[in-house]
Amino acid sequence: MSDKQVDEISGVSTTGHEWDGIRELDNPMPRWWVWTFYATILWALIYAIVYPAWPLLTSSTQGLLGFSSRSEVRKELAAADTARSSYTAAIKEKSIDDILAEDQLRSVAVAAGSAAFKMNCVQCHGSGAEGSKGFPNLNDDDWLWGGTAEQIRQTVAHGIRFTKYGETRDSIMPPFADVLDGAQISQVSAFVASLSAPAKNVELVEPGKEVYAQNCAACHGDDAKGNKEMGAPNLTDAIWLYGSGEEAIAAQVRAPRAGVMPAWETRLGDAAVKELAAFVYSLGGGEK
Amino acid sequence: MDNRDVTRLDVVASNASANRQPLYARRKKIFPKRASGAFRRFKWIVMAITLGIYYLVPWIRWDRGAFAPDQAVLIDLSSRRFYFFFIEIWPQEFIYIAGLLVMAGIGLFLVTSTVGRAWCGYTCPQTVWVDLFLVIERYFEGDRNARIKLDAAPWSLTKLRIRFAKHATWLVIAVLTGGAWIFYFADAPTLAKDFVTGNAVPTAYATVAILTATTYVFGGLMREQVCTYMCPWPRIQAAMLDETSLTVTYNDWRGEPRTRHAKKAAAAGASVGDCVDCNACVAVCPMGIDIRDGQQLECITCALCIDACDDIMDRIGKERGLISYSTLNDYNANMAVATAGGTSEVAPELVRKADGSFSDKLAHFHIRKLLRPRTFIYFGAWSAIGVAIVLALATRDRLEINVLHDRNPQFVRLSDGAIRNGYTVKLLNMVPQPRTVTLELDDEFSGASMTVAGSSDDGVRKTEVMLEADRLKTVRVFVKADPKALSSGGAKPFVFVVTDPSTGERAEYTATFNSPEALQ
Repeated sequence: MSDKQVDEISGVSTTGHEWDGIRELDNPMPRWWVWTFYATILWALIYAIVYPAWPLLTSSTQGLLGFSSRSEVRKELAAADTARSSYTAAIKEKSIDDILAEDQLRSVAVAAGSAAFKMNCVQCHGSGAEGSKGFPNLNDDDWLWGGTAEQIRQTVAHGIRFTKYGETRDSIMPPFADVLDGAQISQVSAFVASLSAPAKNVELVEPGKEVYAQNCAACHGDDAKGNKEMGAPNLTDAIWLYGSGEEAIAAQVRAPRAGVMPAWETRLGDAAVKELAAFVYSLGGGEK
Repeated sequence: MDNRDVTRLDVVASNASANRQPLYARRKKIFPKRASGAFRRFKWIVMAITLGIYYLVPWIRWDRGAFAPDQAVLIDLSSRRFYFFFIEIWPQEFIYIAGLLVMAGIGLFLVTSTVGRAWCGYTCPQTVWVDLFLVIERYFEGDRNARIKLDAAPWSLTKLRIRFAKHATWLVIAVLTGGAWIFYFADAPTLAKDFVTGNAVPTAYATVAILTATTYVFGGLMREQVCTYMCPWPRIQAAMLDETSLTVTYNDWRGEPRTRHAKKAAAAGASVGDCVDCNACVAVCPMGIDIRDGQQLECITCALCIDACDDIMDRIGKERGLISYSTLNDYNANMAVATAGGTSEVAPELVRKADGSFSDKLAHFHIRKLLRPRTFIYFGAWSAIGVAIVLALATRDRLEINVLHDRNPQFVRLSDGAIRNGYTVKLLNMVPQPRTVTLELDDEFSGASMTVAGSSDDGVRKTEVMLEADRLKTVRVFVKADPKALSSGGAKPFVFVVTDPSTGERAEYTATFNSPEALQ
């Protein structure tokens, strides 16, 4: 270190470090660079004081400004709520049909409903509302409890067979395993299946019709088109919640399954329910 | 030879490589002398045109009807439109801008390979604004000698007043420069009013502040340092010059040996070149170099030294062009003549005949020398892109359709057994007038019908859609098909057609109709 080395070409002293015969010049830092460096140090010091910075055992220093990213999020959410407030107020106030009639309000409600759907409904109905066995597809035009916007809203609000909630849509198909014998069940299944597809066991259809008229028509109707008042499905269409075909129908006659949907009114509030209904209605199958 | 004395100017080319300071030393101020001549005149004209375009273009009005802004050139960032007179560009048409940028790049190659660093010397904003700032400086402080004297003088009220006036004027120009920029991004008259009354957006003020600072600092204070230290362009341009490019050249084959006492030296029998070493070329140089050192990175080829030298040559009765635009080829050829093929020092008598006129062996520039494969290729590529852009612009669609099939569910079976697919259809009305278009299913897709969400048309093959002026309209479309009409299950391509009945414009989109593989 004692003997100072000087580069012959530039006349600048070197640091003494050498790589492959190239020595590093010991030029001073540009002044603007040095001052910028000092400024960043100062900035870091101030930052460490006014913002949360130093880790402690269980938490960290809070900083003089009291900044926290959590409270920032809260502020942003509140701001978003305020920005939406005129729409949310209108949605709360108006009926679902009025909301759907207004272009602007409808698109807001559908967008909000879509978000709420992804949070609360996709677990059963699927991310595209396409449903699955036992969980209705909300895109199609077959509605157990009615497909007008208001009926959808009521279903979402009150739930289905959700006994904790007094106003829930409630009705259930009794099991027929004890009422009908095996042959009758086969007959009625063959008859029901024949309503929407060419019959496989033609000889069972006529007796099945008899069985149907005595046992099933009360709820599903003489024409088997169902009854939305009690959620009795239309048996003449191509849509089967628990599977199509005689086998699946027979199983359902013997020991019917019935789904449960929670009442969302108490959980999400009136406005969110209307938004959900608007979204489901917009999927394309809604009835006029 | 004229007897009038040519005064030698006391000037040091502080940026010439021989005199260059270490990077840590303080900058030596340069006080360029005012030049006059053909190139100076040309530079005034270029300055007037470029500054005129920059400051005035946002104020040109262009009527586009009630649904679009009436500013001829407008970059509307908030609604993502770029207006250029009769052309309107949407973001997805940015390829036209990209094409222009490629043209600008190749254009620079073309210009550089023919006339050297003409961009640097005449049209670069740094050059133009420094030139403008020097005009202001000369107006308040006088020409070179007066400025040097003022700079060296101790601070006094007069000096303070002069300097204040100069810097204040510079700042005004800087503010106007920054101010002009923002008018390209909003309606100029409205923004000007808002800006003055304090109602403009903060971005506008910040932009003006930044551009004011850069204009003032770069144009007034840093000047040639921007070119020599900050700008990458001198390095790139140097690589694009070749031996047939025109550059500002000191023709030492006729100038050397230079002497201040030509008559005395000639009388003594020494050989005397045309250069009288008057330093006029150094005094006018805004870059602080000596062109007689040859080509150098700092030289922006502003050609003011040509003007200065021609003036001196006129005065001493020699031919103009001791400093001239010349190609390296010509220069080398003439150098070979002057040095007898490189065997001797430069001998001026070798380039002249006995009567004093130039030897016939000297090479002269001819415009034909610029025509060579390289320039043809540049020009070919440049014009090909230009023609392609014009053709594409002339034939581009102003009505477009994009269709997104629903991801989930891929299809829906309806209670009557029909299959329904959902689509998000985007209709782009790219003209500044509202219009009603028809959306229909192509005839080939028989047995299908569609329903537009929010429309009363249910199960139709053709429907009308209202499009706002200059906007994209998104519609949800449900297409329903009877399984009997679908020959097989799986994916079936079909065509959405959108037509403007009034103009006949038509756009198509081939979408897919999905149905279960096992179609009943």
